Amino acid sequence: MSIDSVFVHKMWNDHELSKMVKGGVPFPMLSDASGKVGTTYGIYDSDAGVETRGRFIIDPDGIVQGYEVLTPPVGRNVMESFRQVQAFQLVRASKGSEATPSGWKPGKMTLKPGPGLVGKVWETWKTSMAFDE
Amino acid sequence: MPEEFKAGCARPTGGPVGKEPAPAGKEETTVVKEDKKVMIQVGKKAPDFTAPAYHQGKFVNIQLSEYLGKWVLLCFYPGDFTFV
Repeated sequence: MSIDSVFVHKMWNDHELSKMVKGGVPFPMLSDASGKVGTTYGIYDSDAGVETRGRFIIDPDGIVQGYEVLTPPVGRNVMESFRQVQAFQLVRASKGSEATPSGWKPGKMTLKPGPGLVGKVWETWKTSMAFDE
Repeated sequence: MPEEFKAGCARPTGGPVGKEPAPAGKEETTVVKEDKKVMIQVGKKAPDFTAPAYHQGKFVNIQLSEYLGKWVLLCFYPGDFTFV
């Protein structure tokens, strides 16, 4: 979503993005010409008249599970967004019985919060697990 | 399903859904105050909105609440022809 019109979205998709992605952008390119939606989400920069790089993860119940906002010069890490969605999906599927510690990615161990885990995280989770090997 | 719309000269706009309209009748005396900016809170409902969109060759109207039941990544960016 940006402040560009749907016409500009069409030109960008048809003349540039479709050359990067086969078949063009697969998801809707939303237009927020007035900045009202961006203002509601707290990411509209009214001085510059543009939206900043806000990214919101919304779950199937419509609940915001996470967000990230960057100023325009720095791009996002798409893989990190995917990792977070995968983590939230795992937590949701476990009905909250599992949690994903720092550095978790699919295949890595999860934690099962409860009285037995208090003070015992160090026994199973090592700081090296926070990093990609 | 998103509703397709015909492209006209007027720039189609969307906006938040379900916001209360301003109280009528007090326009002369009230000073227009901008709403305090409150950042979205995690664990709380994502504000619903409608917005026109370009999707696979068509102009359609999208409403966030149509995506209930699915995971949504909502991404804002400064402008077309920049990176995302």
